[in-house]
Amino acid sequence: MRLSEQWLRSFCNPGLSTQELAHALTMAGLEVDEIVPAAPAFDGVVVGEIVAVDPHPNAERIKVCTVDVGGPDTLNIVCGAPNAQSGIKVPCAIIGAQLPGGKIKPAKLRGVSSQGMLCSAAELGTSDDHSGLMILDPASTVGEDVRQTLDLNDNVFALTLTANRGDCLSLLGIAREVAAITGSALCFCPPAEVASTLPDKMEVTLSAPEACPRYTGLIIRDVDPSARTPDYIVRRLERSGVRSISAIVDLTNYVMLELGQPMHAFDHAKLSGAIDVRFARNGESLELLNGQMLEADPDMLLICDAGGPVALAGIMGGEATAVSAATRDLFLESAFFNPKVVAGKWRRLGFATDASHRYERGVDYAGTRRGIERLCGLILEVCGGRPGVINDVVVNLPERHGVKLRLPRVQRVLGMEIGAERSCEILTRLNMVPCQSGDVLSVTPPSYRFDIAIEEDLIEEIVRIEGYEKLPATLPTATAGMLSMPEERLDLARLRQLMVARDYQEIVTYSFVDESWEKDFAGNDSPVRLANPIAEQLSVMRSSLLGSLVDCMTFNANRKQSRIRLFEISRVFAGQGDGFDQIRKLAALASGYAQPEQWSSDKRPVDFFDLRGDLESLFAPRTVHFQAVPHPALHPGKSAAIVVDGARVGWIGELHPGLLQRYDVLEAVVAFEVDVEAVATRALPSYREYSKFPLVRRDIAIEVADGVQAQTLLDSMKEGASAIVGDIEVFDLYRGRGITEGKKGLAFRVLLQDTAKTLTEPEVDKAVAGLRQILEQKHGAKLR
Amino acid sequence: MEKLDSLVSEARDAFDKVTELTQLDQVKARFLGKGGVLTQLRKGLGQLTPEERPKAGARFNEVKGAIEQLLSDRRDVIQAEALVRRLERERLDVTLPGRDIAGGGLHPVTRTLERVTRLCQSMGFDVADGPEIETDYYNFSALNQPEDHPARSMHDTFYIEGLKHLLRTHTSPIQIHYMEQHRPPIRVISPGRVYRVDSDATHSPMFHQLEGLWVDETTTFSDLKGVVREFLRNFFEMEDLEVRFRPSYFPFTEPSAEIDMSFRDGWLEIGGCGMVHPQVLRNVDIDPDRYQGFAFGMGLDRLAMLRYGVNDLRLFFEGDLRFLRQFA
Repeated sequence: MRLSEQWLRSFCNPGLSTQELAHALTMAGLEVDEIVPAAPAFDGVVVGEIVAVDPHPNAERIKVCTVDVGGPDTLNIVCGAPNAQSGIKVPCAIIGAQLPGGKIKPAKLRGVSSQGMLCSAAELGTSDDHSGLMILDPASTVGEDVRQTLDLNDNVFALTLTANRGDCLSLLGIAREVAAITGSALCFCPPAEVASTLPDKMEVTLSAPEACPRYTGLIIRDVDPSARTPDYIVRRLERSGVRSISAIVDLTNYVMLELGQPMHAFDHAKLSGAIDVRFARNGESLELLNGQMLEADPDMLLICDAGGPVALAGIMGGEATAVSAATRDLFLESAFFNPKVVAGKWRRLGFATDASHRYERGVDYAGTRRGIERLCGLILEVCGGRPGVINDVVVNLPERHGVKLRLPRVQRVLGMEIGAERSCEILTRLNMVPCQSGDVLSVTPPSYRFDIAIEEDLIEEIVRIEGYEKLPATLPTATAGMLSMPEERLDLARLRQLMVARDYQEIVTYSFVDESWEKDFAGNDSPVRLANPIAEQLSVMRSSLLGSLVDCMTFNANRKQSRIRLFEISRVFAGQGDGFDQIRKLAALASGYAQPEQWSSDKRPVDFFDLRGDLESLFAPRTVHFQAVPHPALHPGKSAAIVVDGARVGWIGELHPGLLQRYDVLEAVVAFEVDVEAVATRALPSYREYSKFPLVRRDIAIEVADGVQAQTLLDSMKEGASAIVGDIEVFDLYRGRGITEGKKGLAFRVLLQDTAKTLTEPEVDKAVAGLRQILEQKHGAKLR
Repeated sequence: MEKLDSLVSEARDAFDKVTELTQLDQVKARFLGKGGVLTQLRKGLGQLTPEERPKAGARFNEVKGAIEQLLSDRRDVIQAEALVRRLERERLDVTLPGRDIAGGGLHPVTRTLERVTRLCQSMGFDVADGPEIETDYYNFSALNQPEDHPARSMHDTFYIEGLKHLLRTHTSPIQIHYMEQHRPPIRVISPGRVYRVDSDATHSPMFHQLEGLWVDETTTFSDLKGVVREFLRNFFEMEDLEVRFRPSYFPFTEPSAEIDMSFRDGWLEIGGCGMVHPQVLRNVDIDPDRYQGFAFGMGLDRLAMLRYGVNDLRLFFEGDLRFLRQFA
């Protein structure tokens, strides 16, 4: 909410500077975000009346004006403005004036001396308008400082109000707060009662008493719709961010800003019959003031006349009954609608209004009549007219229940002592005069407060006015328990550290991605979709981190980063029955050289086995198995499913060259993705006695068909090995000279050991022969 | 025997001329070998009279010892010189770069998250986590924010198609999950990703929050201020950092406050907090007459920005390595 400081001070004027006043409001919970001067600093500008305009002797477009500035002599001022004419009053900067653009000095313009300058609004810095002279109210006093005439020694406060303080969406509301905070008096005179000169009275039926418990209406006839809105009102509206439109509209807005009561003016001639406030019936529609055609839902409250809906209650009037330049007779509405009826409707409508913003937060139900009286007074003053009789229909006002405050609770909740007397004083200042009975205060919230329902609300009010700044900062005492620390789990920090130690940079990317990524990188045709994405390329929840990693990689590759190694840990999403799977994944990607470029190292592109090594280190000491399983984004011959303890927990592989081409990636990219849950699990170490007898190493070299996987050979050797065979590992792979085409050479390292004695040569030979036999007979291997 | 006298200096001269260990062995043979001078001389001892023999013998041994010592010394010298030459030969240019330098690093927000987590753990806070796709109940209703509550407009919510689920707009739903599973005393923080329909230089549609919750029998609003101040002082490592509370409104706390911290010459808003609303406690079957407590929330990204001097939130999510590597 924006408002004029001077307007506010007209209701409550504490002895505080502008900054102090703003600070006091902020510290009471009405945050002043910004203080903007109504006009930049300038001086020496007075109201001048142009008494004569003569042509300039030497220039066609320039005039010489004779200007009365209230002094003994008139001034001669050369002026180029197109609208300079005799009889108007304009701002006149006299010699020595300091304007935002510079100092005014005596000057000679094309041979004619000029004793000052007539100003446009732009030259004063009050607006951008530099089309001509700023024309002042004809009633302005010649010679008066225009800062005073235009009320420019003012500031605009921009406040950010919290959703619970609907009562502060008005000058009156904020003035009440200022009075409560500072103890200064509130200067607010209730408007005069309407002095009816006509018997006319609008009949009103409240068919939905819960939704509209009070409706106050008044007919005013014979108004002048073309009357000019007084300057001071236009200025105050402008400083509140409301544009001046016409007198009637301006005045309804003015009353809403002043009192917080939304007002609506209908063109009475366009209404037929009596008013009924009721919920919409099936199929009813209404063209709103903004041109939108509303198909009313049954939970929308409508103001209707005999012909049907004329306004959407509490939100916006209808186009057909709006006031116009031809309007002579008005019907004014000032109503109280239940906040629940208006709340949230803006979301469905796609717009909110000043009225709906107030109604959904709660408008003072005791203030509808006051609003009509105030508006009527202003209309009569500005537009004339003859008022009828107010019809104030009240059926079902909200009840204000008493709220109890146990005084010891104040200290218990706050940890700060605020005495009973002080508490009572604060509540009284807030128009909540307490009744005390022992340790308990009983308070009835005023009709304009919709946020006081429980004891804590009162405690907040008390400490808010007392000042949060007075709260001490204490450290609580607590029972000294310990946090559980499961040793069989690695926390995320440790996992990240493992990845960092393996030379990966962590990234954090959006959880929503382009739908095509899900298809391309996860083969997912039915991703979890957002109903209201901010952009097409951020419209689905990812089920894999791969697309984001590739995107980040290309982003960096385009910035000349050559060796890229990235990882991310994040939840991924998939529909699961009525709910969602939201498990955490760890994904990593690498491209470019396997090792950082260095003067003595080989330059070799990163490959499957580099990442496999990283992955195995991540899982160590657990054994990870790799099964050749196709993946939509991966090279069919260079990818595998990751299997741990018999469960598939992820995938690893080189990206499919076709996919890389589509994403303009030039180099090979290797990636893996695993369930964090699987990586983070570790068995608790459990000591086993180890053999103290010597370890024997034997190597077996074979030639075997290319298609036979090393793991198959290892598995069948381990399966058939005698008890003394320990680890078996591949230590060489060889193709080329000496190896038959279509075959490969493999070498295994076998470690043998007995737990009870030193092995003899024949025992070792026998065990190794057994392994060889397995390789030969089961897999057609040839010994080398 | 007079020959003995010159033998020592003769040997010294001979040894000194030698620079290689292999040559030294040849020269040694000349003096000490089987056919060497000393062996010859010892044979001559047998021709002496028994009276002369002990004295000459002693003399002989003395000379032999001296030559052996010279030999050993010379060997040491040659070896030492050889070592010096070898070391000189093996000298590296130690200013050349090393091999396989790991250049990985944490994301700055993660770095902050881990720091914040450790700080809070040091005060006994547990760490909790929760789903990012939430139901309306956990994100709003359980937090005292029924449908159509005006405060909901503070959160521009992402909905999942079908509108039954949403992306959590804050980490506060984790409070509810946690309190459903734990009874007071409760001390927990929950850091995580949150989502709001908002995107400009200071807003990202995805960002990170840190939520803290403390529920016990006597936990007060002043304690909240103390804990927040303790946290911020330790996080920023500024002993004189001050914290100011400003009245505010959150549906799930009462009283509520914005947290300002002293920053340069003024105040900077850093988060929101308040005493847990009794209705929230009732929603998770905790008796608000017996237990009370506080909750606070802060933007982790904002903490990271302040801590490391980052001036644009969007940098965190762009993934530019030139940016990210600064936080390794």
